[in-house]
Amino acid sequence: MLKFKKGMYYLLLLSMPLFLAGCESKLVVFDPQGPIARSLTDLILFSIIFMAIIVLVVFLLFGVIVWKYRARPDNKDYEPPEEKGSHVLEIIWFVIPVLIVIALMIPTAITIYEVEDIPEGYEDQDPLVVHVTSADWKWIFSYPEQDIETVNYLNIPANRAIQFKMTSAGTMQSFWIPSLGGQKYTMANMQTNLFLVADKPGSYMGRNTSFNGKGYAHMEFEVLAQSPSDFDEWVEEVKNTADPLEEEKYAEILKPGVIGRMTFNNTHLDWIDHAHGGSDQYIDSELYRITHGDEEHEETDGHEDSENKEDTNEVETEEEADVHGDSGHDQ
Amino acid sequence: MSLDEFFVTGDPLILASQIAIGLTMIGLIALVTYLKRWKWLWSEWFTTVDHKKIGIMYILAGVLMFFRGGVDGLMMKAQTSRPNLEFLDAQHYDEIFTTHGVIMILFMAMPMLIGIMNVVIPLQIGARDVAFPKLNALSFWLFFVAAMLFNVSFVIGGSPDAGWTSYFPLAGKEFTPGVGNNYYAIALQIAGIGTLATGINFIVTIVKMRAPGMTWMKMPMFTWTSLVTSIIIVAAFPIFTVALAYMTLDRLFGTHFFTVAAGGDPMLWLNLFWLWGHPEVYIVVLPAFGMFSEVIATFARKNLYGYKSMVFSVVGIAFLSMLVWVHHFYTMGNSASVNTVFSLTTMMIAIPTGVKIFNWLFTLRKGRIEFSNAMLWSLAFIPCFTIGGVTGVMLAMAAADYQYHNTMFLVAHFHYVLIPGVVFAVFAGLYYWWPKMFGFKLSEKIGKWHFWLFVIGFNLTFMPMFFVGLDGMSRRMYTYSEGLGWEGWLGFSAVGSIVMAAGFAALCYNIYWSFRYAPRDIGNDPWNARTLEWATATPAPHYNFAKIPEVTRLDPYWDMKKKGETGLKKSDLKPVHMPSNSWTPIFLGVAFGVVGFFLVFEWFTLAIISSIGIIIGLVANSFDYDEGYHIPVEELEEEERAWRGDLK
Repeated sequence: MLKFKKGMYYLLLLSMPLFLAGCESKLVVFDPQGPIARSLTDLILFSIIFMAIIVLVVFLLFGVIVWKYRARPDNKDYEPPEEKGSHVLEIIWFVIPVLIVIALMIPTAITIYEVEDIPEGYEDQDPLVVHVTSADWKWIFSYPEQDIETVNYLNIPANRAIQFKMTSAGTMQSFWIPSLGGQKYTMANMQTNLFLVADKPGSYMGRNTSFNGKGYAHMEFEVLAQSPSDFDEWVEEVKNTADPLEEEKYAEILKPGVIGRMTFNNTHLDWIDHAHGGSDQYIDSELYRITHGDEEHEETDGHEDSENKEDTNEVETEEEADVHGDSGHDQ
Repeated sequence: MSLDEFFVTGDPLILASQIAIGLTMIGLIALVTYLKRWKWLWSEWFTTVDHKKIGIMYILAGVLMFFRGGVDGLMMKAQTSRPNLEFLDAQHYDEIFTTHGVIMILFMAMPMLIGIMNVVIPLQIGARDVAFPKLNALSFWLFFVAAMLFNVSFVIGGSPDAGWTSYFPLAGKEFTPGVGNNYYAIALQIAGIGTLATGINFIVTIVKMRAPGMTWMKMPMFTWTSLVTSIIIVAAFPIFTVALAYMTLDRLFGTHFFTVAAGGDPMLWLNLFWLWGHPEVYIVVLPAFGMFSEVIATFARKNLYGYKSMVFSVVGIAFLSMLVWVHHFYTMGNSASVNTVFSLTTMMIAIPTGVKIFNWLFTLRKGRIEFSNAMLWSLAFIPCFTIGGVTGVMLAMAAADYQYHNTMFLVAHFHYVLIPGVVFAVFAGLYYWWPKMFGFKLSEKIGKWHFWLFVIGFNLTFMPMFFVGLDGMSRRMYTYSEGLGWEGWLGFSAVGSIVMAAGFAALCYNIYWSFRYAPRDIGNDPWNARTLEWATATPAPHYNFAKIPEVTRLDPYWDMKKKGETGLKKSDLKPVHMPSNSWTPIFLGVAFGVVGFFLVFEWFTLAIISSIGIIIGLVANSFDYDEGYHIPVEELEEEERAWRGDLK
């Protein structure tokens, strides 16, 4: 298996300039910042080699054939032959795709199994467990060991495996931090599992890719990978400065809307884990009702609150959020 | 429900379209009245059971829907061309990408292809109509009424806004309480009944009504792909019917099949949807493959290379199409083994598809390639579709898909499959079979404008999307912030979409110009073609063939021309039995539409009362003992003489 991967690398190195010549700055998928993302990128680049060859062969054949056999005034009398086909040729272009599929399938299968687990070299340390709860239209991150919770931003220690236990409070979302690894859905009443590692400290983009209504485009969050000591310091700071989350406040947060960052000194897991049901008590479909053409209403960017339609409501939340966010990033 | 809730109000864009729709309707009604064409419209078109006329109506509706879906697409491109634009708000954008998807797949691609199948298949197999002409008319009217019902949503009640995939729980009453997604459930159900009936109709037609001598392995490629498509329709559409029925029950009657609350299972919707949805892709792509095969063979002046392996490929693709649905949600948290198996089945589809590409290339080899418009579209298909195909293989690799899923990379991929695979084919088919329908060719010169603008615009529009997807942009975002490095790609893409739209405008102008000025004396075989549809008059007479042709080999008409056996003996003429027109299909279609409309708004009393209309239609149809009529020999003789000159 390792040998196979090594071979892949050489192939990659050889052909890199071929297809990356076009992309000047690195696209996020080609710029992995962790071992999981890196194995996905390797697989993608490996597949691109084959695809480039296929495209090249087909385009070449196509160009040559269309040019060579075009109708010209001087071949007016040319009568094309009747051809039944050729068993040899047809077997060739049956077998070659079969071989390509096999060549692609082996590393694909290896990678599929690989990314389901803690990556090699990070097993010595227990992974940090983070519960992810997605709601309309925000991300809630709970750190059960530290007993703290953040909204719309995620701080993690670099060089340590993070185990995400993911669920949703309502609609389905997809949790994706392209720099660190692939995505997975979050669904109410069930839990999905994802391992990610960041190589080094840095700030990365995370977002939802599964459409879930009006505020969907704003479902982004920042992932801040910190050195372990910085991370511990941050946790300490949160423990000292942040307020605890109360049940009413939590119900308020879950109402559909776009909000800023928040930080709390406990987790909502104390009273509900959406992976095990109970989400319906928070769902109020009246809050999702749309009034067409109500311009003012639209301005709130999906933050719909039947009792309080004024913009002030949202501004308040945002200010409040900023305060907490600042404290969170005081390093 | 108050009136301002009933009509969508307040948005200037929608107000403008409401006024435009109103004026167009009044204008059309006034025009038909002024020209005194109501009776003609009723007896020649609305009640017709002639497969050619039904096909033309399908195509007409398809072009209309193409326009509607295209405008949706242009608006999406405009909105995302710059960061933080406020041309559309989130809700409006969500409705537009939903209707764009539904309309393009179900109300554009499907009717275009079924329309061309309707026109061509009976002629190509040497039959006088489809097996069940009246059912065929019913299929059309159900589709048409469903399309109108779906389209009315954006002015009355509000459009669906949960994406064309309508994923639960979002599409449930819990999160979208308005009537928008009711339109989705009801309109697609009505259209689905029509499509299912079409599937059955074409299976029976192709299996039972081929001309004598046309054995399985002598069937033209387009007939083969249409048969296989019909089989997939019959296999896959009932799944969608059930899923939509559950959806309707959930939304209208408060059941919990797919809800978050009370133990519903939203994942069941995803599975059912894609169990239909993936085969659906092949339902639209396979007939397209058939059309390309016909056009390429005709204009390379060669028979199709590797006919047998082409047939096996189509059957193989159809079989595999039912085994790959999970690749639409690799990221749902399936076990590694499940994702591995579905990666393999998905990649295997590339094998028969690759075989087809190479067979097309080798059909061209040693040919004498004429660059007619139909041929240009077929040629452009090969490289463009190859890009769609290889990116499909990349997406098939589950682990890699974790990075592409739901991104613009995926959006670019399926547009690279569906536009070359379906839209190019429809254009090729239209240019190729246009004379068969209307008796004149579309202008080759304007057609070149159409071709180059559209193909270049298409690549400009969708190529950048691959890159912006790899840069982390997910699909369906109505806006994005500056500084992500996306605006360059998306601005480029927006410009491309305008070029593509100009291509479509050229097609419309071409139709208008050719209708007025194109020469009508083109004979029965303007392309020097190979299959039976060209063995009769162009445009085809309503009885198709005065005498059913006999088939001895593949490409029978080519063979007849070679042997000089295209003539017709007077003694061969016998009276032709034809089906009579019927009012029940259009009546039933409208009745379904009325009941559907009431169901959308959950006005159950009215729905129950109006469903009496459906019962009346069905009963009237059951007691219809009309046995059709016979065309006398004299009339046949006269019509045949008109284009053949003298009979033997």
